[in-house]
Amino acid sequence: MRFHIVKRDQLVWWKSWGVRILSVIVGLLVSALVTVVLTGDNPIQVFATMVDGAFGTERRLWTLGQGIAILLCISLAVTPAFKMRFWNIGAEGQALMGGFAAATCMLFLGDKMPTGILLCVIAVSSILAGAIWALIPAYFKARFGTNETLFTLMMNYIAIQIISFFVYKWSNPVGSGKIGVINPDTRAGWFPIIAGKTYLLNILIVAVLTIAMFIYLKYSKHGYEIAVVGESENTARYIGIDVKRVILRTMFLSGALCGITGFLLVCGTDHTITRETIAGRGFTAIMVSWLAKFNPIFMIITSFLLVFFEKGATQISTQFGLNDSFSEIITGIIIFFIIGSEFFLNYKLKRDEKKGVAK
Amino acid sequence: MKRLISLVLALTMVLTFAACKKDPTQNGGKDDEKMKVGLICLHDENSTYDKNFIDAFKVACAEADVEAVIVTNKAESGECKEAALDLVDQGCTLIFADSFGHEPYMLEAAKECPDVHFCHATGTNAHTANQPNFHNAFAAIYEGRYLAGIAAGMKLNEMIEAGKFKASEAKMGYVGAYTYAEVISGYTSFYLGAKSVCPTVTMEVKFTGSWYNETLEKEVAQALIGRGCKLISQHADSMGAPTACEDAGVPNVSYNGSTLTACPNTFIVSSRIDWAPYYLYCINALKNGEKIDTDWTGTLETGSVVLTEINEKVAAKGTVEKIDAVKADLKAGKIHVFATDAFTVKGKKLTSYMADIDSDPNYTPDTEVIKDGYFQESVYRSAPAFDLQIDGITFVGDPKF
Repeated sequence: MRFHIVKRDQLVWWKSWGVRILSVIVGLLVSALVTVVLTGDNPIQVFATMVDGAFGTERRLWTLGQGIAILLCISLAVTPAFKMRFWNIGAEGQALMGGFAAATCMLFLGDKMPTGILLCVIAVSSILAGAIWALIPAYFKARFGTNETLFTLMMNYIAIQIISFFVYKWSNPVGSGKIGVINPDTRAGWFPIIAGKTYLLNILIVAVLTIAMFIYLKYSKHGYEIAVVGESENTARYIGIDVKRVILRTMFLSGALCGITGFLLVCGTDHTITRETIAGRGFTAIMVSWLAKFNPIFMIITSFLLVFFEKGATQISTQFGLNDSFSEIITGIIIFFIIGSEFFLNYKLKRDEKKGVAK
Repeated sequence: MKRLISLVLALTMVLTFAACKKDPTQNGGKDDEKMKVGLICLHDENSTYDKNFIDAFKVACAEADVEAVIVTNKAESGECKEAALDLVDQGCTLIFADSFGHEPYMLEAAKECPDVHFCHATGTNAHTANQPNFHNAFAAIYEGRYLAGIAAGMKLNEMIEAGKFKASEAKMGYVGAYTYAEVISGYTSFYLGAKSVCPTVTMEVKFTGSWYNETLEKEVAQALIGRGCKLISQHADSMGAPTACEDAGVPNVSYNGSTLTACPNTFIVSSRIDWAPYYLYCINALKNGEKIDTDWTGTLETGSVVLTEINEKVAAKGTVEKIDAVKADLKAGKIHVFATDAFTVKGKKLTSYMADIDSDPNYTPDTEVIKDGYFQESVYRSAPAFDLQIDGITFVGDPKF
């Protein structure tokens, strides 16, 4: 028996719902099966633990919110570039450079100005650092047509090495390879705590950015130009859009938002910089953005999903004494099914009618 | 919009699923419950360093009959503080962390939760932080490394006697992680141990700039062997250096625990810190309402500094007896590892040295550490402070990377 794949028409809404819900159910069932087979633990209890890890206490809720905010911020950053079909996989490095600029300002300007002004200076330098890191590959793409995927990817490694170099140079104590918390006593350059909530400011900033990005992409002329360049560069050129200009402008925006992510992580979260500060979010952001079809509002949900799984996974490993890798397996299975469902929403399998036609 | 609704529904599903079963952690803090103690680890048991902490923690908690909560893979960032505060929410009254870079975040957590005790291993700031519920601990591991160094020196002597190389060629190699006191103190004590039995020994040190990089550690060990090092030791947390030695048939003195199973033909002995005595000390202090030391140093006496079984197949004859004898002398205070008679710095004997004991951003030397003819390591604070470059030890490549 043979099958072939056919593109399907737009499904009616209740059918596409059905497919998605089914995919999650199947994902949960398969991961439950894997849990029982590999560990012998009760799968329902494992899922309950995941929920507890993400929502169990007020603090966990805030940490969840913070995690979503940061992942969403860097996902917003890659979105305009992706929509333009510019494969910016250098978000990790761009955010790292933004964070590096923030940490440098905290270290050297911490005692020279009041925190309010300092935070403004840091914000500007982080945005510029991230933007410059993104503009370099954008310039080469626009000017010489270089491959932006490889270029942005390689820029990540350069950023990581720069951070390694300076983290070692400025390490405290000397030679330990760690900067440690910057300005622990004066708290210069730290985000203020609003209403007793450490992460509230981070969350508010990202909320504003999300709405702004939604409006920018959907209702502004820039957003339209990005969409046209993404669909077809020739069409864009034909209707008089300056493609090079759009590429540079969009990558500036993408890098600037990455810079803000670094800023939020260094000033609003860790108060230090290491080579692991971004912790792979620059790559996870690609998935968040794609799963949401580049819609900033849907991205709130996709980043929630990913952060939820991550927090839940940690709790599993603590509670059941399982290795972190195990919870990653479960997360992987569920995400696999969610992504897989998108395939069946767009295509269907059809049984061949004639037998033995093709070999 | 449809997608939105579908995802919300999907999540509701997950949550309903989950709500079916009552969660075992959510039973509140009842009075008759066991005391809860938390441990935050940088990696998990795949790292020899973290495994050493986790194993000791399980042993200590079982012995003291308290509930152990272990969280792994917590980065040296805000994540560590979140983990610590989350442990507080779970009802832990005593929380440990195992990595040097966790310290500032543990201190932050200590400030937020004055009723919970936070104990940080390998840190340097507790004695100046003025935070009564924040504590540091380390062990006088330099004594253990000195003893392991004796085993190394005796192995070199055996090889010299067997005519494998001349006494003047007795050179050891050392794979180090970073260039600060914790590592410097470690390799210097190891070298001095070897030198106490093999006076002609020299040592080359190469740094990796990482605590865990298996490939790099292996390559560095291979490079040192290629440069003519007859024996290798390391202060980094992977199996890189020991396996390089096993491949090349070069004897190895290990760290953090025995590597005998993986390296039966080259493993001699390993020194390690046993953290169980410290954990028990803290748990019991808290149970009895006693004060926990701000800066606790484990020793040979407390059982914190230990050697693994010696691999008699590789070690020189008489190693066990010699080590036992020297150990007794160390315990009795008859000999000191960093006795100023035992080493020179730039050809001169050391008579005075100001060390940076009270950590500050400018590394201001603040305390005279040469007293009674030896460097007072782990006396003024538990974490190592010996950061001198002594004669006989050279660096391969730029130690600043």
